[in-house]
Amino acid sequence: MEQQLEIQNRIKERFLNDIVSFDESSDILTVTVNKIAIIALIRFLKEDLGFNFLTDLCGIHYPQQELQLGVVYHLHNFLSNTRIRVKTFTSLAEPEIQTLTEVFSAANWMERETYDFFGILFTNHPNLIRILNVEYLDYFPLRKEYPLEDQTRTDKDDSFFGR
Amino acid sequence: MEHLGKEHILIRPEDYEKNFSTLNLGPTHPATHGIFQNILTMNGETIVDAEQTIGYIHRAFEKLAERRAFYQITTLTDRMNYCSSPINNIGWQMTVEKLLGVETSKRIDYMRIIIMELARISDHLICNSVIGVDSGALTGFVYVFQEREKIYEIYEEICGARLTTNLGRIGGFERDFTPLVLQKIREFIANLPKVIRQFENLLLRNRIFMDRTINVGGISAERALNYGFTGPCLRAAGVDYDVRVMNPYSSYNDFDFSIPVGTNGDTYDRFCVRQEEIWQSIKLVTNALENFPEGSYHMDVPEFYLPDKEEVYSKMESLIWHFKIVMGEVEVPVGEVFHSVEGGNGELGFYLVSDGGRTPYRLHFRRPCFVYYQAFPEMVKGSFLSDAILTMSSMNVIAGELDA
Repeated sequence: MEQQLEIQNRIKERFLNDIVSFDESSDILTVTVNKIAIIALIRFLKEDLGFNFLTDLCGIHYPQQELQLGVVYHLHNFLSNTRIRVKTFTSLAEPEIQTLTEVFSAANWMERETYDFFGILFTNHPNLIRILNVEYLDYFPLRKEYPLEDQTRTDKDDSFFGR
Repeated sequence: MEHLGKEHILIRPEDYEKNFSTLNLGPTHPATHGIFQNILTMNGETIVDAEQTIGYIHRAFEKLAERRAFYQITTLTDRMNYCSSPINNIGWQMTVEKLLGVETSKRIDYMRIIIMELARISDHLICNSVIGVDSGALTGFVYVFQEREKIYEIYEEICGARLTTNLGRIGGFERDFTPLVLQKIREFIANLPKVIRQFENLLLRNRIFMDRTINVGGISAERALNYGFTGPCLRAAGVDYDVRVMNPYSSYNDFDFSIPVGTNGDTYDRFCVRQEEIWQSIKLVTNALENFPEGSYHMDVPEFYLPDKEEVYSKMESLIWHFKIVMGEVEVPVGEVFHSVEGGNGELGFYLVSDGGRTPYRLHFRRPCFVYYQAFPEMVKGSFLSDAILTMSSMNVIAGELDA
């Protein structure tokens, strides 16, 4: 708990204007920042606070928000065994976020995957092409507007099943 | 060739000396042991560059999960790393338990440890024996596959399935270990050391094997960390990171076991680390069996644990709970959790976002293979084609986990 507070204070010192919120209620301390500061923050976390390992990077889509598309980073400090979750959001009209590949090589494929499924454009990424889906796919399948089943089907009534 | 004229030849005179050729390794090459492609640029027998193409068996599990109830996602997870599917199953169930705030009893934890360690043994056995196969030693593979078969028989006895196990439930297990299961595990564990020793005699100090694997496909600890390596591949590079020790889940902290580490991060080190982990897993299973606690095989959480089928048909209470769970009428907390377990290949993470509905709002799998396989070009640059194949098999790249 004290450790979390200290991390929070260190981040606040440096990035006061760019922090959107802190969330201690979930399992890992969560920081939401403006996308302009995301790489600077992660670089700071890595170099000054010892979060030396990028565990995970993935996208998320909230259609009801103004900034719909999000990227969630999970970082891990091996020495003190603390984890931190960093989030940043961007609008659908400008889905650009700075790439993390200069800080962590591991981000390369993770960002390609996020681009593939959410259409988030990571600027300066060395090779931002689709990774799991076919190249000629013309939409981003994990966005919420693409339902899994064809919603126009009339031969099937699933309303009893909570769908 | 005279009539073509010089203008048809695209190679510039200064390039005559370095005439690279392109080689497609995969997608269905027998040495890739799965469907993924490597496009290698070769200078004679030496690899200049490599580029991977993956996604051939992508099944969109993350999208599918958004339409499935929590208990239905277990079946998706065992199709990821199908060499150790129970670890995926139990990892997922523990993630949901973390979200729901369900604490499991010692009995369940120990049952889980036994199964997960058996899965780890089978995963490592496959990987290490396949390194042998790819370097030309087929015998060891045939020896240990018999042991893998026994592990699959144990799964079969526990849950009825062998490969895609769908083992366990949220909140415990669907049934208790029968005496036959315990007997089979005991017999298996008693017999295994002999086989592993035989296997090690074949390969561990074998001159040919050592020459083929030492200083092949190495990676430094720093690069490995930067590339997000976890599991045996990271430990072979000398970093003692193991989720079982760092963030003990399922009562792993009750047990005394060590984490083997390598020094060079090369193919031989990866082989040795996996081999030693098999010994540690044997120790873990033995200890868990010795101190096997009494108790129930599932927690008393009727709002999340799917009741016995027999009770559903005969008892009102169970029928109601069954209906509620299946129809999504139980209250699921809103929130997000990240839970990771030590899979066969490394840190297998589940990032689960719940909006309180019947299905996850978002589920992301952190697949260890997917993260570290991107380092492959860096690891094989400058080495021979035959070494690249050994490097690939020692990384234990499993197409199902790669593509999710």
